[in-house]
Amino acid sequence: MTSGTLLEVRGATMRFGGVTAVDTVDLTLREVELRCLIGPNGAGKSTFFKMLTGQLVPSSGTIQFRGKDITGSNPHEIARLGVGIKTQVPNVFNGLSVRENVFIGAARRKSIKHARQIVSETLSRLQLDSIADRIVGQLAHGQRQWVEIATVLAQEPDLILLDEPAAGMNHAEVLRTAELIREINRTQALVVVEHDMQFIRMIASTVTVFNQGRVLMEDDVGHVLADQRVRDVYLGKQAA
Amino acid sequence: MKIDPRWAGFLVMVALGLLLMFGLPQVLDLFGLVQMTVFVAMAMFALSQGFLWGYGGIMSFGQAAFFGLGGYAYAIAVINLGDSTLPVVIAVAVPVVFAALLGYFMFYGRISDAYIGVITLTVSVILFELVNSTSGDAYHIGAAQLGGFNGIPGVPPLNMPGDSSSPLDPGQMWYAAVGSLIMVYIVLRAILASRFGRVVVAIRENETRAMLIGYDPRFYKLLTFMIAAGVAGLAGCLFTNWGGFISPTVFSLTMSAQVIIFVLVGGLGTLLGPMIGAVGIEYLITIAGSQHLVDANLGLGIVLVAFVLLVPQGVVPLIRDKVLPFAKLVPRQSKPIPTGAEVPR
Ligand SMILES: Nc1ncnc2c1ncn2[C@@H]1O[C@H](COP(=O)(O)OP(=O)(O)OP(=O)(O)O)[C@@H](O)[C@H]1O
Ligand SMILES: [Mg+2]
Repeated sequence: MTSGTLLEVRGATMRFGGVTAVDTVDLTLREVELRCLIGPNGAGKSTFFKMLTGQLVPSSGTIQFRGKDITGSNPHEIARLGVGIKTQVPNVFNGLSVRENVFIGAARRKSIKHARQIVSETLSRLQLDSIADRIVGQLAHGQRQWVEIATVLAQEPDLILLDEPAAGMNHAEVLRTAELIREINRTQALVVVEHDMQFIRMIASTVTVFNQGRVLMEDDVGHVLADQRVRDVYLGKQAA
Repeated sequence: MKIDPRWAGFLVMVALGLLLMFGLPQVLDLFGLVQMTVFVAMAMFALSQGFLWGYGGIMSFGQAAFFGLGGYAYAIAVINLGDSTLPVVIAVAVPVVFAALLGYFMFYGRISDAYIGVITLTVSVILFELVNSTSGDAYHIGAAQLGGFNGIPGVPPLNMPGDSSSPLDPGQMWYAAVGSLIMVYIVLRAILASRFGRVVVAIRENETRAMLIGYDPRFYKLLTFMIAAGVAGLAGCLFTNWGGFISPTVFSLTMSAQVIIFVLVGGLGTLLGPMIGAVGIEYLITIAGSQHLVDANLGLGIVLVAFVLLVPQGVVPLIRDKVLPFAKLVPRQSKPIPTGAEVPR
């Protein structure tokens, strides 16, 4: 089944009044694939993620997850099918402890005992043991990112969307994040949005480039980063 | 054996409750005890608001609607049935069913938080007007005359379960009231410790995150709303029992406002706080009233303003986070007071 299609997006479009943030995007993701999604500010990457997770209902187009149409489904319904997301603006339970955040991620439809086991595994996997009882709202930005990633992992989704996971992290943390992503990818599919090209190289995979809401190109990381059009859009020039 | 401090706190609370339950009758005369009984009913009402607002993050400006429904449901049922056993159940069930319908419309209709306040307030006003306009013989449910603004007098008190020939005397009513309050406290604590309760609090903290994990906030809010309505209904039942009387004032805005003040003064985000707030303020109002010192409503207003300015977090969080750690009775906690909803400061 690993070669089967996990996610199939056809003609996805999101309009906000006059602005077309995502414009007829097609994208196919295989089971346990790792995909990077890059593009300049305002290219529509986060908006695309919001459509995938039901936070926004597409103006047109369809989204299928394992053959099931999820276009316009509620976020909790999509999550239950096995989609997890770390959002660009951190979404954590600020008033709760690190452990409780991860527990809430793990606890849906599992016995408390099983959930607790997942929590302790996830905490040590992400090296959060030492701050497990701290209140998340009082942690530094980088740590809160980790907590959010831990919460998403505890959900055990089959597709994990990470919107700028390395933002605000120091060099060592960035390395660890890259390593973690490769490790997660042994069993789960990921789509990772990042601006940091070094980071993209570290997790080396197929890269999809967004520009002005459209797919500019899609190829393996070497080709994409060498492509003149990609350089141009990142330098702010119009794509040819 | 190491006991989790939260469980220790819980056990201390229950022990204190039992101590008061059996101790107060030894030190108070019957008059004092009867007065305390109505404070207990108000404390339970405050628990309802405190649970809904402090943990569910749902701001109801019309919690009196459920208090009143419970009270009226009990009165009407007990007048018709004689034996109070089933009417107590009805006093809880009617507000719960009403909350289920109203809550379904509000939460599944994606009404925004601000409008939930407006709608609950409006509903309580409508109920007030509705019941107020039921004077005249034409308005009766079975043997119970609704009586409009005059209310329903002579409501039979609770009796021993299943035995309508042995009504509780005021002394026994005290035990019934405090016993119910302790029971409701234990149930709410158990709910909050369960997975359901933890998700409710998580939704209060960040609804989007909860949704993205796969929880349906509408479902959790609806259930929280129904639980709070049931507690308010039982409080209304106790209140009606205490006076043997109920009138539309139970639906009044004053009732709804008062219970919000109880919660704010006692401490939002705790269960003990609302109870302390209710008993403390009711006590002050009683003293002020009997001394004719100040108008009760004016006094209430002054208390509220003083608290919002001086102790915005409420009495219980103040003691828990400042006084006890200072006295080295409990370790200082880095935990902020979870307020959930925005507190007007
Ligand atoms: N709710 C909204 N209403 C109106 N316009 C929006 C809304 N959300 C996003 N946009 C617009 O859609 C476009 C794409 O935004 P989006 O956040 O998806 O970009 P992005 O690729 O994630 O950018 P960045 O790299 O800065 O995070 C932008 O022009 C943005 O202003
Ligand atoms: Mg973005």
